Amino acid sequence: MSHTATAPEATTNRALRAFLHGLPGVDEVGARARAQDLATRSIKTTAKAQAIDLAISMVDLTTLEGADTPGKVRALCAKAALPDPADRTVPRVGAVCVYPDMVATAVGALRGTGVGVASVATAFPAGRAPLEVKLADTRRAVADGAAEIDMVIDRGAFLSGDYLKVHDEITAVKEACGPAHLKVILETGELVTYDNVRRASHLAIRAGADFIKTSTGKVAPAATPPVVLVMLEAVRDHHAATGARVGVKPAGGIRTTKDAIRQLVLVNEIAGPAWLNPDLFRIGASSLLNDLLMQRTRLTTGTYPGPDYYTQD
Amino acid sequence: MIFEYAPAPESRSVVTLRETYDLFVDGEFRPAEGGEYLTTLNPADETKLAQVAVAGEADVDRAVAAARRAHETVWSRMSGAERGKYLFRVARIIQERSRELAVLESMDNGKPIKETRDVDLPLVAAHFFYYAGWADKLRHAGLGPDPRPLGVAAQVIPWNFPLLMLAWKIAPALATGNTVVLKPAETTPLTALVFAEICQEADLPPGVVNILTGAGETGRALVEHPGTDKVAFTGSTEVGRRIARSVAGTGKRLTLELGGKGANIVYDDAAIDQAVEGIVSGIFFNQGHVCCAGSRLLVQESIAEELLPRLRDRVAKLRLGDPLDKNTDIGAINSAAQLERIRELTDSGAEEGVERWSPPCDLPSTGYWFAPTLLTGVSQAHRVAREEIFGPVLSVLTFRTPEEAVAKANNTPYGLSAGVWTEKGSRMLWTAERLRAGVIWSNTFNKFDPTSPFGGYKESGYGREGGRHGLEAYLG
Repeated sequence: MSHTATAPEATTNRALRAFLHGLPGVDEVGARARAQDLATRSIKTTAKAQAIDLAISMVDLTTLEGADTPGKVRALCAKAALPDPADRTVPRVGAVCVYPDMVATAVGALRGTGVGVASVATAFPAGRAPLEVKLADTRRAVADGAAEIDMVIDRGAFLSGDYLKVHDEITAVKEACGPAHLKVILETGELVTYDNVRRASHLAIRAGADFIKTSTGKVAPAATPPVVLVMLEAVRDHHAATGARVGVKPAGGIRTTKDAIRQLVLVNEIAGPAWLNPDLFRIGASSLLNDLLMQRTRLTTGTYPGPDYYTQD
Repeated sequence: MIFEYAPAPESRSVVTLRETYDLFVDGEFRPAEGGEYLTTLNPADETKLAQVAVAGEADVDRAVAAARRAHETVWSRMSGAERGKYLFRVARIIQERSRELAVLESMDNGKPIKETRDVDLPLVAAHFFYYAGWADKLRHAGLGPDPRPLGVAAQVIPWNFPLLMLAWKIAPALATGNTVVLKPAETTPLTALVFAEICQEADLPPGVVNILTGAGETGRALVEHPGTDKVAFTGSTEVGRRIARSVAGTGKRLTLELGGKGANIVYDDAAIDQAVEGIVSGIFFNQGHVCCAGSRLLVQESIAEELLPRLRDRVAKLRLGDPLDKNTDIGAINSAAQLERIRELTDSGAEEGVERWSPPCDLPSTGYWFAPTLLTGVSQAHRVAREEIFGPVLSVLTFRTPEEAVAKANNTPYGLSAGVWTEKGSRMLWTAERLRAGVIWSNTFNKFDPTSPFGGYKESGYGREGGRHGLEAYLG
């Protein structure tokens, strides 16, 4: 649409500011109401089965703890490749997401499975490190075999209006990524307003993001439906203006099948069916996968197995 | 991939339909003197739902006499706190039976279960709760030290929000100590009859609420009956005018809530995605069977080109079909007659050179259906910009300056509702001050609340319903 098509040519802070502040506002009450309305969609039977498998294939199975060990990462990788050993019709997940020092372990564990490794980088989760450190962090993860990099933006710079700094960091990290896909984490819980979410989304897209991602999972609120709705509108509008499709990844707080299906309904009705695949939509989660598996078993067998039938990560 | 939502129908098993329904007079159900019945249909598939008695003049006499007796012997003598208890009880029973009422309303009216469940029924209960709270506080309503009830109220309601309009009429009347004779619409009588059962269940004294079913003749007999003190009508401007004429000089009090041709003004600085939502809910909520619908979109010319494709994309996502499916956004048109009227008016637009667009949309083969429709290239002179269509048809006009927006918005014989979309507070207030409409929504549309007064200017009627203002219509 016109406001995204007329992005400025020279990248200066003034030009970025004019572009971002020229975007239409987001009415908070209206955005919430729309997300709430879509949450009442009733997804049953065949549609539910389809949604569960799709959601499983979109999960970025994540462990981002200080206490992570190579053993835990290998266990997670085994689960990512074969989520339910008792049922081989379950699709594999989208990727495994780990800290940079675990990338080599994960890559080794996933070799030949078709599941890629995503690594957080750029001084995740705070992003408070000099640019050289962030770039070194990124290059190392890519060198160790990460196919996807989840970077964080400098929220301090964004909130103080230094859009150029945010922009240039993203372009620098994108360059450091080489062939790896770049997901840009906006940390919407720190941006607070939906206007900021919309601006940060367009800023990240303009700087070269392959995906825009809601949160680190370390700050609440994280991937709330209205935030995801605003981000989906941004990628939809970018596509309408340029023909290019950027992906979206909600992360943080999506724990149940119902939450995941509501996300898919948002994708379907806001960005459109073209985004309903793991190349354009991912869900960052850890405990979600077990709930999806339990609901899947219930749908196929009619009985509801207990949590002990699924491996704890 | 295509994510097809499987059908998710709400169960009909919560509703037990009787083959015939009689009149509710003096606390019990009894057949009409004339023994005549009419059939009410499910507009979604044209199946017969039930036979409903047609009240004649003798039945109106009996009902008005019962209401008078109840007013004089019980209801006006009871303390406000006691009346409040009955209303609270009615409100609670409505909540308990809300699923049954929501399903029945969808079946009889054709509107989607999503709306009856999430909008109509919660508002119905809220109205009773709200006015129950007023019953013992009338001296503090700013209407004098000792406001008195008027007596017997004759109330005639439309088919677009059957139970909600009943609540708007009955709750304030009862809270203020009046008794009522109410006639629901010919095509949607069933929830009012379940409400009559609820009155029995709540032990409401006989005669306080009387429900007479029937068609236009029954309504005429009721509003012209000399034994009532007050007439309240919601419906078409044409019938409203006839009622005003018949009530003139009788000393009866009158409130009319009539038609509308609401303007939805979108300025170029509006939050565009939410404005699109507001335009959609403004005209497609309840299939556009809404007197305060935003049926004229006035969009600033500088953003029309950006807004209209977004609007078309959004309208294409609306799901039309089985009203009882929880994923349905647009249900059935209420009657064959209404469908015919929508067709005739919309076709007149095409004849006058208006451009017509609807998304690809499979209409069910039985029942009364009309695809959501946008009319562009509309000018103020076209019939589709002047007459109330009362269906899912939006007329799109443009403007260049705020002055032009206000002039166009006000250039209608109606004056019920308007919406204004801008992120700029000063422009919002400037516009709202100049619009001649009873309700003006700011960055939203079709929002209702029992605490908020509702009513119109000019041919949209007079008097206010809802809120403290709504008490005034029933107190002397």
